[in-house]
Amino acid sequence: MTLYILRRILQSAFVALAMSMIVFVGLNVVGNPVDILMPADASQQDIADAIARLGLDRPLHEQYFVFLKNALTGNLGISFVNGQSALATVVERLPATLELAVVAMILALVIGIPLGFLAGLRPNSLPAKAIMSSSIVAFSLPTFWIGIVFIMLFAVQLGWLPSGGRGLTRSVFGLELSVLTLDGLKHILLPALTLSLFKIALIIRLTAAGTVEVSGQDYVKFARAKGVRRGRITYVHILKNVILPVMTVSAMEFGNIIAFSVVTETVYSWPGMGKLLIDAIRMVDRPVVVAYLIVCVLIFMILNLIVDIVYSILDPRISLKSESA
Amino acid sequence: MSESHRRPFSLLPGKLLSGKSAEPSPGRLFWMDFFASPVATLSLVVLIVIVLAAVFAPLIAPQNPYDLSVLDIMDSRQPPGSESSTGMVFLLGSDGAGRDIFSAILYGMRTSLLVGISSGLLGMGMGVTIGLVAAYKGGRVETVIMRIVDLQLSFPTILIALILLSVVGKGVDKIILALVIAQWAYFARAVRAAALAEQRKEYVEAARVLRLSHARILFSHILPNCMPSLIVIGTLQTASAISLEATLSFLGVGLPPTEPSLGLLISNGFESMMSGRYWMSLFPGIALLIIIMAINLVGDQVRTVLNPKGRG
Repeated sequence: MTLYILRRILQSAFVALAMSMIVFVGLNVVGNPVDILMPADASQQDIADAIARLGLDRPLHEQYFVFLKNALTGNLGISFVNGQSALATVVERLPATLELAVVAMILALVIGIPLGFLAGLRPNSLPAKAIMSSSIVAFSLPTFWIGIVFIMLFAVQLGWLPSGGRGLTRSVFGLELSVLTLDGLKHILLPALTLSLFKIALIIRLTAAGTVEVSGQDYVKFARAKGVRRGRITYVHILKNVILPVMTVSAMEFGNIIAFSVVTETVYSWPGMGKLLIDAIRMVDRPVVVAYLIVCVLIFMILNLIVDIVYSILDPRISLKSESA
Repeated sequence: MSESHRRPFSLLPGKLLSGKSAEPSPGRLFWMDFFASPVATLSLVVLIVIVLAAVFAPLIAPQNPYDLSVLDIMDSRQPPGSESSTGMVFLLGSDGAGRDIFSAILYGMRTSLLVGISSGLLGMGMGVTIGLVAAYKGGRVETVIMRIVDLQLSFPTILIALILLSVVGKGVDKIILALVIAQWAYFARAVRAAALAEQRKEYVEAARVLRLSHARILFSHILPNCMPSLIVIGTLQTASAISLEATLSFLGVGLPPTEPSLGLLISNGFESMMSGRYWMSLFPGIALLIIIMAINLVGDQVRTVLNPKGRG
């Protein structure tokens, strides 16, 4: 077990290294931040000074090694735009994004699993068909478009909910959270729902397919023959075996939610790190883009690791040894 | 092929046995099954209409929305149904530059479909080649390729595309490149899985015994038998490419304003929406939604027809 975890961590470290190299080299090939940062009437001397200050005059591999050395000590460079530590700039925005992602995930599970389960139990009934068809529609809706329609409907036309921002937050252990105030809850509802819609569709389809499959298995027939109550078969025997794979996929989809929060945050001006990334890309703020990526890669890797380990504990049929081979 | 289960087993092809072709060809069988679903049939019709409308956009559109000489700033932000200064009717309203939204949508669909279809096809070409080589070569080559595929699939497509675009900049060619790189791994994984199953079959062995070239065995023997799953993934990935392109353009990192796509139209109208001028964003969005949904529904039906096991 320990060996397996160690090996996975080492593997992840290599991935991170490779990613950092690709991104760093790629970002340095195009776009000169000096053109954007300096005013149009800056003198040659000013420009040369800026280049030297940012270390852009040194050879690329040297820049990379300096970057790598600094990265290991948590220093990912200084944002070209606000002059502060790039990593701190990103990490500062992390709670807002995580909060949004967690609320979206909870919504997806709470709405998706019951609907999918219902559709899977009676796959030929009218409600089941309605649920499955709407899930195809939800699959087809691009996230940003859902966001726009929600804003148009609930914020502009009906005026029920605010169209952007985080609202009032309350601080818990130094973290500012929106879900703890009524105003914050109003602000998070639309973006979280927007972000979760695609996942709701996914979870519905997964749960429904799983339920159909599990319902036909011998142990269910056996339980029925034995005279176990219908309710118990449905909610204990079937549901238990449907939920595990759904939870695994959901955990892995959490990374996807964080990535797609880039879109949702931009639409709703949610001050998370996804909006920061888009702003940084527009401003050619390389250190912040790189810092965002590194934070993201770390989140994904930790997530995958946790899923693998938890899954192996929950499902004894999977042995870690054979997986790592 | 999945149709084989319908045909009674015989050593002679159906045509020779019966004289005239009583047995429908696999192609006809496919379409008969496909048209059994009214929703999918409707989607296919809608899709064909959309493609034709996009191809012939210059002939259908009331104005060329990107010819600055025909635009009049006095016509800006007109609601749907109002008349322009030249007497033309803005069916779906006009935008801030006095551009007819209906025409802009027709032109936007061209860009969206061009980007979606070409990145779908190129991604398929790249993924299929790499996946087939992995399955056929096996050993270390396969391990390395599949590790890369797994690694890439563990990252969300949108993130890969975003980062690539932030590196290479805006443009139609660049967004196609980004989408191809972001999506090839799906094809590679699918084709490898299908090819691994095909390879064990006797016809491949027979081809090897005949000393046919590797390329010929791969592309004219194994590949055609992997097509069913590829067609399905190809359709769904094209829909996802169109959606991604719109998203990236909306975020302002996809296409430059000179290459109008549906995503850009929606993005441009987004600001006016707060003041109740909904038509600039809403109608391009509906067009986008119809395209993606039609492709998804067609793809879904193709999957159901080609894979009878998947039927509920």
